[in-house]
Amino acid sequence: MVGQHTLDVVNVSKQFGGLHALRDVNLHVDRGEVLGLVGDNGAGKSTLMKIISGVQPPTDGYVAVDGDMKQFASPIDATDAGISTVYQDLALAMEQDVVANFFLGKELLSHNWFGRRMGWLDRRTMRARTTEQLKRLRTRIPRVDARCKDLSGGQRQALAIARAAAWCQHVLLLDEPTSALGVEQQAQVLDLIRRVRDEGVAVILVSHQMRDVLAVCDRVSVLRLGGVVTSQHVSDLSVEELIAYITGAKTGPAAEQARGDEGKS
Amino acid sequence: MSSSTTPPTTDSSLVRSGWFETRKAALLRDGWIFVVLIGLVVFFSLTSSNFLSQANWLNTSSTATEVMLLALGETFVIITAGIDLSVGAVLGLAGMTGGWVMSHMLQNNTGSTAVVVGIGFAATIAVGVIGGLINGWLVAYARIPSFVVTLGTLGIASGLANLYSNGQEISQLPAWVGTFGNTNIGGWVPVPVLITAILCVITVIMLAKTRFGAFTYTIGDSEDAAARAGIPFKRHLVKVYALAGILAGIDAVLVMTRVAAASPASGATDNLNAIAAVVIGGASLFGGRGTILGSIIGTLIISVLLTGLIVINVAPFWQEVAVGVVLILAVFIDQYSERLRSRQ
Repeated sequence: MVGQHTLDVVNVSKQFGGLHALRDVNLHVDRGEVLGLVGDNGAGKSTLMKIISGVQPPTDGYVAVDGDMKQFASPIDATDAGISTVYQDLALAMEQDVVANFFLGKELLSHNWFGRRMGWLDRRTMRARTTEQLKRLRTRIPRVDARCKDLSGGQRQALAIARAAAWCQHVLLLDEPTSALGVEQQAQVLDLIRRVRDEGVAVILVSHQMRDVLAVCDRVSVLRLGGVVTSQHVSDLSVEELIAYITGAKTGPAAEQARGDEGKS
Repeated sequence: MSSSTTPPTTDSSLVRSGWFETRKAALLRDGWIFVVLIGLVVFFSLTSSNFLSQANWLNTSSTATEVMLLALGETFVIITAGIDLSVGAVLGLAGMTGGWVMSHMLQNNTGSTAVVVGIGFAATIAVGVIGGLINGWLVAYARIPSFVVTLGTLGIASGLANLYSNGQEISQLPAWVGTFGNTNIGGWVPVPVLITAILCVITVIMLAKTRFGAFTYTIGDSEDAAARAGIPFKRHLVKVYALAGILAGIDAVLVMTRVAAASPASGATDNLNAIAAVVIGGASLFGGRGTILGSIIGTLIISVLLTGLIVINVAPFWQEVAVGVVLILAVFIDQYSERLRSRQ
């Protein structure tokens, strides 16, 4: 047993030549919980995300899912381990419809022998499941046969999140899901994140939008200069305090403590 | 059906562009070329009583067959956001290889007609497959742009095709070859046309109904999205170019059986016509969009223009002019309807 949580990031460091992008980072997230990950540009958020989602291996330390230490050679490995990532570019196929995007790379085939041999798509079931999942998460996508191109920004974000949530068994990693959206759509995406959390997924939200983080997260970890400055429950935090941690105006007692035993907070 | 999924409140764009508007735009985009095709057929039929004759049908369908098989493969390639400039030259090389094999076996009296023809046809199709695999590998794994790769293999294939007999055609083939290609079922359906029709149906299904088709669309739409979704996009790209190669090989067999000879020049003019047919059929050179049905209609427009102009005694060179106009018009209308849609 190398961790007690749905996702544990343990003593992770990442060096690029002489540059320490991450220093001894520890964090964890559990099912039914949203962890916010904030920090200024260059604080190490992207590097940490890449390590969790399998894009890059850490120099030191490890990632554990449900207590099992994992080594990801590729993002596909991370997905197979139950970690789904929604990137900022959403990775949607714009000319295809909602159903095709929902099942991208995981297309369902007809059950009979001939259908499987020929790779015959089971569009009817794919359509039904897409409709069901979108309905359950109450996304505002009216038609599953609409082309992705014809959806609004919020609808695309909702589709990407709903898709990732449908396939992820354990952890959902969201990169700036609200940054490109209007006010109303932001609120809808935050609602969607809460519903995904309520379905028993561990969510990590990477964001620059402090109010979104405080609104939807249970805990938040602040990265600064490659290290975790503090990990706290959001109820103890204000936007100003968060910004103070991010800019380094405030280092807090947690800063030192966070180095070794962040997991116990 | 789709209305049942509509929640009580929906946001912006899709509210105003309802089912009808979306379909209308799609119809404008995809349906008009069918109208053009029907219009051409009606026009030529009214202008000349010969247009709807059996002779002209056989002529038109043979012309269509040659371009069609290349267009079918080209549709898959173009949907992956690539282009294949080499299939026409590969067609020529494949035919010359098969012809060379058959004429040599005939000279040396090796084997019965069935063996000679069997090996000859197999060699022809094999060259198509190899050409496709080379293109696919260079595009997918060596990461060279498809335009450059296939421009290169276009030159290589047409050069090699001419080397077989110093640019001359090979006509010392078993007599059965010509008989096979010129057998008309019921007087109206030449065997090559029947084979082409079957391949049309198969490719329609492949692209629209199978995972192979879904991967093809996704790769053309966004290679990143495909890669992140775990789609083996490099392997799939190789398959797509190989498919275009197989179809070029089969095309070479059909052309050879129709004219009872192998010519290094076969297919040379078909390649650009095939690309034009696919684009007229609504495929986007940026990838992710296109249908086999569209490409079939595009091919028919090009073939009907060619034989129709001959039938009404207009210099056939006008066909190239007309195809050019239709091509540019097709892309213009496509972009215009896209703009209409995005404005909704």
